[in-house]
Amino acid sequence: MNKDFPRLVLPNIENLSDFDTYVKNGGFDSFRKAIKMNPDEVTNEVKKSKLRGRGGAAFPTGLKWSFMPKGTDKPKYLAVNGDESEPGSFKDRQIFEYNPFQLIEGILIASWAMGLTASYIYIRGEYHKWVALMDKAVQTAYERGFVGEKMKETFGVDFKTDIYVHKGAGAYICGEETSLMNSLEGKRGYPRVKPPFPAQFGLWGMPTTVNNVETIATVPAILRIGAENYAKIGAEGHPGTLLFGVSGHVNKPGVYELPTGIPLKELIYDVCGGVIGNKKIKAIIPGGSSMPPLRGDEIDGINMDEESLKKFGTHIGTGGVMVMDEDTDIVKVTLRIAHFYHHESCGQCTPCREGCGWMEKILKRIAKGEGTTKDLDLLISVANNIEGNTICALGDAAAWPVRGFVTKFRDEFEKAVSANRSFVARNVVHGKRSTREKLVFNA
Amino acid sequence: MEIKFTEEELAEVNRHISKYPQKQAALMPVLWLAQHKWGWLSTDVMRYVAELLELSLAHVEGVATFYTMYFKKPMGKYHIQVCTNVSCMLRKGDVIFNQVSEHLGIKHNEATPDGIFSLEEVECMGACGGAPMIAINEDFHENVDTPQVLELISKLK
Ligand SMILES: Cc1cc2nc3c(=O)[nH]c(=O)nc-3n(C[C@H](O)[C@H](O)[C@H](O)COP(=O)(O)O)c2cc1C
Ligand code: SF4
Ligand code: FES
Repeated sequence: MNKDFPRLVLPNIENLSDFDTYVKNGGFDSFRKAIKMNPDEVTNEVKKSKLRGRGGAAFPTGLKWSFMPKGTDKPKYLAVNGDESEPGSFKDRQIFEYNPFQLIEGILIASWAMGLTASYIYIRGEYHKWVALMDKAVQTAYERGFVGEKMKETFGVDFKTDIYVHKGAGAYICGEETSLMNSLEGKRGYPRVKPPFPAQFGLWGMPTTVNNVETIATVPAILRIGAENYAKIGAEGHPGTLLFGVSGHVNKPGVYELPTGIPLKELIYDVCGGVIGNKKIKAIIPGGSSMPPLRGDEIDGINMDEESLKKFGTHIGTGGVMVMDEDTDIVKVTLRIAHFYHHESCGQCTPCREGCGWMEKILKRIAKGEGTTKDLDLLISVANNIEGNTICALGDAAAWPVRGFVTKFRDEFEKAVSANRSFVARNVVHGKRSTREKLVFNA
Repeated sequence: MEIKFTEEELAEVNRHISKYPQKQAALMPVLWLAQHKWGWLSTDVMRYVAELLELSLAHVEGVATFYTMYFKKPMGKYHIQVCTNVSCMLRKGDVIFNQVSEHLGIKHNEATPDGIFSLEEVECMGACGGAPMIAINEDFHENVDTPQVLELISKLK
């Protein structure tokens, strides 16, 4: 790959995680720019950049910021979502490790724009090492007078805000924004019913914005190069650079910062060195395991941005691309995904709790060779009954991939069920059960 | 054994309390501190944490049981976590899990009788680019295969 792509979130600068190196390379200049503007102007810049959230839903960031109430005496908060638990996602970790001060600067800019009292960086518990790194970076920023009371003097401005790191403890659901807020408050991470939305009633009942780590870390780059220039990078409806985390059967898995809209083929074959052993691709999940899959034979012409992927019935999600080669057992993959969502369902809503359980059970049956063609329709019907009928989007996240795999790879599922179709009949009269072994039809 | 934080640890507790507008929010960090110190969260430990933060034991138990990383029973000195979620499974993480399980003679969420090792089949740990991966206590080991994992294990005692 010889193309020179801009790197705005993970620039190729050695030792950037060191405070002085960050400052020497223009660090905190964007915040200095921001405080010369009035807060609404900053939010407008973010709107103009057309930045969309990197946490999964691709929601316009500037618009989200503008939902925060103005002219209130209430404390206001930002929760920076570094839960990063969506299978296939491993990009925020790179920011904690390689560019923590840009995240801190992004938080300061957001704090100025929305008038925030404090921000909490919520990091998943498994990231012990990265929690420690981020905690250290925040401490350094305090010591150097860039956060907290001393920032008034450092930046010559009548404004202060605080930043804290909060460590999770192993619960995928805590990445959901309202669950995350409950978790931060020291409660079980049950999602809350919306409305009220976080901007009205968030952390401790106060106005709150929730943004992904990558989203916030992108903001300083926008002010640095200018919103108009940022909006020109990548795909028009979803511009900028994005951290793609590619995993699975590629030669060079990893996190790559690339313009949105990059052709999926280019990402896999040029950037990631193609498929291991030059095998064909059977399936690709484009944005973390809750996003519907694509078939290997349909990837021609697919570009990696939200608007293009939408046309193919899927989404950019977290940018976690999972590549599966021709030998992949699709039933096994679907079962593994269903198991995950069943395990992580918080159990508050019946359709999600029961539906996820059902999907896993049916898939287990199919994987064991005990499924029937009816089970395939049953799976789709269970998925349809979960979608849209739950408090939070975990229900959808569980339904989409199952329905997607069963629909797009119907051939594979048909093979799994019809090759070994079984009829289990109960012989009531003799109280004996005819076993499957006796009644297997090899179609 | 008396269940009590040292002065230093209590200062750390207070630092956490000061981060939030309400004391209750310090519960997760304080449970982490407690687990670090005592290895797992017994009812006595949870009662102590509840008193420190002026919460009910029921609330503390409710939170501790909600999050999988808080141990409700003693785990091994070395807690081995093998990821078997999709990206790792595509690269044989599930095979590694089974082989490690066989090698240690323990299943998911069990500990060896000598208390040295415990094993957990974990969901995606956010390291899929380094699949298959395992973690031993707090350290990630990425791009591993079974022989490498067994060698890592043989060095621990
Ligand atoms: C089940 C579930 C899990 C989620 N996990 C995460 C996560 O780990 N990280 C994240 O940033 N957003 C996650 N989200 C999305 C958040 O709810 C929220 O939309 C996002 O953090 C907003 O940030 P953004 O606007 O910057 O994208 C999750 C959503 C759901 C429904
Ligand atoms: S959809 Fe599932 S995870 Fe979300 S609140 Fe309902 S039961 Fe809990
Ligand atoms: S799937 Fe194993 S670390 Fe993500």
